[in-house]
Amino acid sequence: MPFSESGCFMEPTTKSQGASAPHAGADDPARVTAFEERIARGETIEPKDWMPERYRKQLIRMMSQHAHSEVVGMLPEGNWITRAPCLRRKLSLLAKVQDEAGHGLYIYCGTETLGVERADLVDQLLEGKAKYSSIFNYPTLTWADMGAIGWLVDGAAIVNQTMLAKASYGPYARAMIRICKEENFHKRQGYEILATLAAGTRGQKAMAQDAVNRWWWPSLMMFGPSDKDSPNSAELLRWRVKQKGNDELRQRFVNLSVPQAQAIGLTLPDPDLKMNPETGDWEFGPIDWEEFYQVIGGNGPCNRERIAARRAAHEDGQWVREAAAAYGEKHKTRQVAA
Amino acid sequence: MSQARDRWPLWEVFTQPKDGAPHEHAGSVHAPDAELALQNARDTYARRGEAVNIWVVPSEAISASTPEDVGPFFDPGNDKPYRHPQFYKGAKGG
Repeated sequence: MPFSESGCFMEPTTKSQGASAPHAGADDPARVTAFEERIARGETIEPKDWMPERYRKQLIRMMSQHAHSEVVGMLPEGNWITRAPCLRRKLSLLAKVQDEAGHGLYIYCGTETLGVERADLVDQLLEGKAKYSSIFNYPTLTWADMGAIGWLVDGAAIVNQTMLAKASYGPYARAMIRICKEENFHKRQGYEILATLAAGTRGQKAMAQDAVNRWWWPSLMMFGPSDKDSPNSAELLRWRVKQKGNDELRQRFVNLSVPQAQAIGLTLPDPDLKMNPETGDWEFGPIDWEEFYQVIGGNGPCNRERIAARRAAHEDGQWVREAAAAYGEKHKTRQVAA
Repeated sequence: MSQARDRWPLWEVFTQPKDGAPHEHAGSVHAPDAELALQNARDTYARRGEAVNIWVVPSEAISASTPEDVGPFFDPGNDKPYRHPQFYKGAKGG
């Protein structure tokens, strides 16, 4: 679901070390040139094609963080499955959370084509060494949060992922196309939840407004820091992994969201929000980047809880994996014997 | 943290979107055997009726041509324009 490059996952140290890591290391310059010409022609890079080491590394970093985000993204919503207000909502939420698991698997599968193993990536997440989208470190306090997440967090993810569906790396782009098809359901079910609450009792409307107030700014942060502060942006744009900068995508998201909020009678918590008639953009107030760096740095409200929940799920599933492996081996022996 | 037994083999998944259509590569799954690979492939790649049939193939069983050889490998087919109908002249509808 939710994803954004560069900032959301950026290790806090990356910034001070500077972003000027040498491109391509010891790669043969002639091959790098040929590779960049392929990118410039709009060709798709496939797993067995030659690629600079730096391109491979950046993709592994970006794709694995994206996959982890899908997986951790199940937790804030999974929290509400048993408390959904009716069967219809429960079925939808269950299906959405299952989709997020599927999205994680699509992207892990794409990442493995770059020569890494999923089990190692999962270990990095469980050991707390991997980053994932900062937004999942916020708590889901009321049922209205299911609406706000679907509408805003999945909405922001759609803006990002629609662009990533044109990424230069084939397996990543193809995973994004699959994901985008499914995200629209996520966004619409969330918007429907909020619209229903907003048209309900005064208390229900207040609950919807409160959820929007809490999720709006973290959703804007999902696009990552401004491009001028984002260490990876320039390189990823040049290699056409990303098509648009963080700021442009964030603006697009704001422009889409303002009329949607108005349509259901909710407000966005930004006194500076105003339409610029010349650009046609909804201008917004300053983002609290200090909060963002705190949350990715491990100090968000739920960082520890999220990793603890992932670890528990992994350990609780150990016997299932063992049983399946034993069954598989038994099967193999029988086939050989037959 | 992951144990050796968690490292299930990789299977490539091919889905047939509808009756009569050819199977297409969808992605991959990990599974300890073919039966579970099929079930995982269904749950991962066919949650919305995207397939009427699924093949799973151990990834290591697939042989592929290499990008480096693309020129010489496909060359025998590229220099035979007489295999295309456009090579032939004649009245339309002939």
